[in-house]
Amino acid sequence: MKNTPAKREKIWVHSLSVRVFHWINAVAIIIMIMSGWRIYNASPLFSFRFPNEITLGGWLAGGLQWHFAAMWLLTINLLVYLAIGLFSRHFRRSFFPVSPKSIMQDIGRALRGRLPHETGRYNAVQKASYIGVLLAIILTILSGLCIWKPVQLQELTWLMGGYEGARLVHFFGMAAICAFIVMHLALVAIVPSTLLPMIIGWARKPAVEKRTDGHGS
Amino acid sequence: MALELRNDSRLMLERRAPILNLERRLFMKKTLTLGALSLLTGCDATEPSVQDRILGAMSRWNDGVQAAIFDVNKLAPTYAESDITDPFPFNGYYPEVKAPVVAEEGYALELSGMIANKESWTLERLRALPQVSQITRHICVEGWSAIGKWGGVPFGDFLRMVGADTTAKYVGFRCADNYNSSIDMPTALHPQTILALTFRDAVLPRKYGFPMKLRVPTKLGFKNPKYITAMFVTNDYPGGFWEDQGYNWFSGS
Repeated sequence: MKNTPAKREKIWVHSLSVRVFHWINAVAIIIMIMSGWRIYNASPLFSFRFPNEITLGGWLAGGLQWHFAAMWLLTINLLVYLAIGLFSRHFRRSFFPVSPKSIMQDIGRALRGRLPHETGRYNAVQKASYIGVLLAIILTILSGLCIWKPVQLQELTWLMGGYEGARLVHFFGMAAICAFIVMHLALVAIVPSTLLPMIIGWARKPAVEKRTDGHGS
Repeated sequence: MALELRNDSRLMLERRAPILNLERRLFMKKTLTLGALSLLTGCDATEPSVQDRILGAMSRWNDGVQAAIFDVNKLAPTYAESDITDPFPFNGYYPEVKAPVVAEEGYALELSGMIANKESWTLERLRALPQVSQITRHICVEGWSAIGKWGGVPFGDFLRMVGADTTAKYVGFRCADNYNSSIDMPTALHPQTILALTFRDAVLPRKYGFPMKLRVPTKLGFKNPKYITAMFVTNDYPGGFWEDQGYNWFSGS
């Protein structure tokens, strides 16, 4: 970044509520995934296990305790964020409109290394992936509820394809979230100037607004 | 599959030891007096870590939440005979060969605690009571599930018949394999909770808990004790074999 920060104008990028949500969510998701891997290892759905070193809880009961404690953090944080997002029109402003056409267009641009990074505005690929990961988190929470309460929530469990179906949905929801995290961290590594605004809320307006960033290159 | 599960049960037991040791090492600050006291009373006076206390508190909070959303009229889904998992897996904290052998001769279920008629019950008398059967899904805390068919005495009917105080909080069980567990009274009175004497219409085999297993389709598998020799009704939290090691106590489905 060719920074001469002194003269450049401040741009608000992320509101306080978005930042608080983001970091609580990051912690909760990491706890849920790492403890979830420990639970998975007790009875693997597929022919692999997660290395114990990257799991949380020490053994099954510990993993379960972490999982069923952090689920409250994850869910309450998400519900507050969704309520604020709908009420404050954050979703409407930041995530929409997003059309399949615009997503394809921006993927094409990204692949050619011509997708501009406009500070404070999401491109269509970002919009789609943030909406996508939110839906994946919601689906993973719902399928998790079905695994937890397959009798009390049997109607929802039925929609998931029964108890065993809910386990699969839960697993692939987790996998989708992991895929998002990998992509998300890779993009932050490529455009590190996006990290600070998620902490302090604002960024300096870049000297050249429409320059090509390394998205997807 | 079953072999792997047994392996995992063994692993869990092995894993437990280092955790307890670590806790002891971290919290050796207890005084000698307290240490001696703990030996006398059998209580472990070691202080749990802050993290364990938070996780423990959350687990108790989850007990309360689950008790609140438990609907005594909501029945667990039932299945067709053709859905029964064959072979139904054996599971325990020991391998199948170590499963206890309980002789029918001389066996009688002992009752104690807040029960008016504490007379013990032979299998013959239990079999003479009205029986029901169910085909339901057994869900293990490890995640796997299997469908089985159990038959026996509706537990709520039994409790009322022997004059149990159904306003008490807990029903506890002691088993021939040194296992023990306990459930909340609303679950004990749930219409699908049964004292199971049969599996797939035959006398409950040794591997599934002869002479008697508590079948609770609204709770995880480890809350379905096998080889039951005694039960009691109480208001004092009885805990259980796995519950005392960290599994959530309510563990309702």
